[in-house]
Amino acid sequence: MTNKLFVTGMAIVSVLAVMVLMAPVICRYDPVSINIKQALLAPSNAHIFGTDYLGRDLFSRVIYGGRVSMMIGLVAVMIALITGVVVGSISGYYGGVTDLVLMGVVDIMLCFPALFLILAVVAMLEPGIVNIMVIIGLTGWMGVARLVRAEILSLKNREFILTSRALGAGSARIIFKHLIPNAIAPVLVSAVLGVAGAVLLESSLSFLGLGVQLPSPSWGNILMEGKASLGVCWWPMAFPGLFILITVLGFNLLGEGLRQFFLPYKV
Amino acid sequence: MIQINHLTVCYNQTGCFAKASSLAAVDGVSLKIQEKSIFALVGESGSGKTTLGLAMTRLINAGEGGIVSGSVIVDGENILRLTEEKLRDIRGRKISYIFQEPASALNPIMTIGRQIDEALLAHGIAGKKKVRDMALESLRAARLDNAGRVYDSYPHQLSGGMKQRAMIAMAIAARPRLLIADEPTTALDIDTEKEILDLLLSLRAELRLSILFITHNIRIVKDIADETAVMCKGRVVEAGPASKVFRAPRHEYTKLLVLSTPENFRRGIKI
Repeated sequence: MTNKLFVTGMAIVSVLAVMVLMAPVICRYDPVSINIKQALLAPSNAHIFGTDYLGRDLFSRVIYGGRVSMMIGLVAVMIALITGVVVGSISGYYGGVTDLVLMGVVDIMLCFPALFLILAVVAMLEPGIVNIMVIIGLTGWMGVARLVRAEILSLKNREFILTSRALGAGSARIIFKHLIPNAIAPVLVSAVLGVAGAVLLESSLSFLGLGVQLPSPSWGNILMEGKASLGVCWWPMAFPGLFILITVLGFNLLGEGLRQFFLPYKV
Repeated sequence: MIQINHLTVCYNQTGCFAKASSLAAVDGVSLKIQEKSIFALVGESGSGKTTLGLAMTRLINAGEGGIVSGSVIVDGENILRLTEEKLRDIRGRKISYIFQEPASALNPIMTIGRQIDEALLAHGIAGKKKVRDMALESLRAARLDNAGRVYDSYPHQLSGGMKQRAMIAMAIAARPRLLIADEPTTALDIDTEKEILDLLLSLRAELRLSILFITHNIRIVKDIADETAVMCKGRVVEAGPASKVFRAPRHEYTKLLVLSTPENFRRGIKI
């Protein structure tokens, strides 16, 4: 395979996925058990990423935190994807007033800066893993909806849709069996790129203390805790930061690779 | 017998500032299509023949226009009065379609087999188990040797002629009474055209199928049609047995149409 972006992205994402899925096997320490005597130990054979200010093993925290961060990213994107595909295909297929109303909602949603909308909502609700996933998902579907709508608009006047109608297919069959499968390639690309965005957003929220709540680790809140000891040592911030960087890079490469694969004419 | 009475179809033209106006693409057309006959609808581009075919099962988008008046009688029932849901069951099952360009009339990312299955499943004719056998039978009826391989092929893996055969297999899968063939051979080369026409002729006998053959090619009409109607600007100007209409055309437009052949053009006959 010659698609270097895809292969590199896939490799990075696979390695990360295996690491976080195998967390109980590869971690020698409990990510939340505190041992003050071992606080702020530098990286060594015993603690390869060192320990934080409460003496917790950073490698365990980063790997378990990766579980939370990546799950939030994936689930949030799934929510955005489903909402966006449903709204976009209804809007594109039915057109007229339906389209006007739905696209109006999209435009209104896009008027709010996403981060501040999320901060406002989280401030009102309980911060927690489920809430974070739902909120990131529900503020990220508008791009998908627009993308799907545009695809459906150009597909619905193609002749094979007329054929399908002329042979007795109903709207649901046409939307789900013909339109969405033909429109899905660019949506998939934007979804993979969206995972990177969602992971970053989750980290920002947790860093601000409005995301995943302590003591559960996530890359954002490990960074936040590391900030306190930054004057003394570098490792509590460096490793979670590095993992965020690698994850975002991996998903972006994978997304770009998929784009080259599915949509070579748009590169 | 299928009867069309005074069918009128208008396309709406709406503008921001101009008053909404409408244009009759089909203007009070009446036709009778006999059982097992091939009825050729002839006319130049824009004469309304395609619109007429689509309007027979109300396939014109509501946004673009509507059937203003008229009726299409199938089995003693005016199908244009039916709800969309009931009409959906007529489409494919009683009145079926094939189109001009088989390459774009098939979904590019679905196998031929699944597309034929779709046509059967949409009508609840076959369950999930029997549907494959019925689809294969349809492919064989359309004279596709190696039906099993075609069933699992994607449209781009087939030649133009095979695609049109697959399209015909889809259209006859639910055993319709009338097949509306909208210029089914225009996109094909002349050998393939002959094969497809032969296929349609034999299907008519095997399946007791009537065919509404929409074309601008008078040569084909002379070969295969029993009856014909000539359309011009949305109206039928002349109708009758195909052999008679083109041997002794009465209307001025038909006369011009008969004279418009490449041979006459080469001989320099002015029309």
